[in-house]
Amino acid sequence: MARVLLNLPRSAAKGAVIEIRTLIMHPMESGFRPGMNGSILPRDIITRFRCSYNGEEVFRAELSPAIAANPFISFTTVATESGTLSFTWEGDNDFRQTETRDIAVT
Amino acid sequence: MNRRPLLAGALLALTLRPAAATPEDEAAALRAFTGGAALREGRVALDIPPLVENGNTVPLKVTVQSPMTAADHCTAIALFNEKNPQPQVITARFGPRAGRAELATHMRLATSQKILAVAAMSDGSFWSTSAEVIVTLAACIES
Amino acid sequence: MRWLLLLLGMAAAQPRSGTQDMSRELQAMQADDSANPGMLWMQEGEALFQRREGLAGKACADCHASLAGVAARYPAWDPATAAPIDLAGRIQQCRAERQQAAPLPRESEPLLALTVFVARQSRGMALAPPADPRLAPARARGEALFRQRRGQLNLSCAQCHEERAGLRLGSALIPEGHANGYPQYRLEWQALGSLQRRLRNCMVGVRATAPAYGAAEYLELELFLAQRGAGLPVEAPAVRP
Repeated sequence: MARVLLNLPRSAAKGAVIEIRTLIMHPMESGFRPGMNGSILPRDIITRFRCSYNGEEVFRAELSPAIAANPFISFTTVATESGTLSFTWEGDNDFRQTETRDIAVT
Repeated sequence: MNRRPLLAGALLALTLRPAAATPEDEAAALRAFTGGAALREGRVALDIPPLVENGNTVPLKVTVQSPMTAADHCTAIALFNEKNPQPQVITARFGPRAGRAELATHMRLATSQKILAVAAMSDGSFWSTSAEVIVTLAACIES
Repeated sequence: MRWLLLLLGMAAAQPRSGTQDMSRELQAMQADDSANPGMLWMQEGEALFQRREGLAGKACADCHASLAGVAARYPAWDPATAAPIDLAGRIQQCRAERQQAAPLPRESEPLLALTVFVARQSRGMALAPPADPRLAPARARGEALFRQRRGQLNLSCAQCHEERAGLRLGSALIPEGHANGYPQYRLEWQALGSLQRRLRNCMVGVRATAPAYGAAEYLELELFLAQRGAGLPVEAPAVRP
């Protein structure tokens, strides 16, 4: 399991725009870089990121090798109702990780 | 004072770079995003440092002016570059539930180049802005 | 007039953190816990600190509550080995003796994570190297190493980071090279690393033979650097280009 750092409020007023900031530990090996022996290291990147809010997708991103190692992605969403936000990163070599956070909306 | 050792030190900075994407590559990637629609200037702000000390991690933020209502919202933000091995950087897709049309990330820059940010709107229009970024050569790389 | 010169001399002697030499954007990344990639290690360290390890079945947290200010005082004198010890060394020692757990090698991810978790508790506090006279000989050796030319490029640390600090090597600004941000997230590494890794980089950079991690030479340099940067705020995990 890759380490993940998620920053979002635990509670928000209904209708408020909340900022979500995500970091995940991943080398984002570009596939263009030579290794110690001079041959090109195979690509190993995160290619997709998704955020769902109570099951409905609210944000998604397609990543390329031009995203820095330990990818940082920040975006916003409207706090519509209490429930669960789910974050999924997918990538090369069957990489897949999901994290969830609950939010209380009042 | 003997300057030669310092010059030799500067030579440590020389690194092999993979081939950069061609202008055709970038145009093709842009076309895949816009479907060939014309880009209009404006509504998009790209906040990226003009001078970068290390191209491995360059923080940036794209902000698009949009009411983000069901009838009128930004549907996607895409970033393209000229001189990395591939022209794509990131494409983010969202809708009115985002509240604001904003995206921040950390990108890589192989060398000094122009970054293009494009926003797709729900009315089918595309808006853009670009920024020139200078990457200063890292002097002390780990070997 | 003389007091003015003295004052100017003191101002010039004020150490300058590498943070001040970075772009406003990198400064912001360092200051923002939600964007500073070093916080990934910090979070891991927090979890490791709570975990029971070794034959003793103890967690770091069973003995230590707050470690605020500790990192600012390292390297310190270790009476048990009658030698200086740095923060990572102290964590290794605690792990071996109190937890009776398998050793964590220098520069391993768990040791970096634990070290940054401890170091961050001193964030903002001034580097305060101990005045313990037993440290003085090793610190003096560290200063000698700092000023000693080495490698095929025949350069000393001081030639770049003291005599030419603020000038440029290629287009990169030469920082004063202070040790107040370690373990730090170096963009060049795309990872968190220790001061010893950074010292090793510099040695390899001037084409000198770098000693193995944990060698006395690094400890001595660390001791001198702590003294040289005394008063600077701890910034771990710092972000550096």
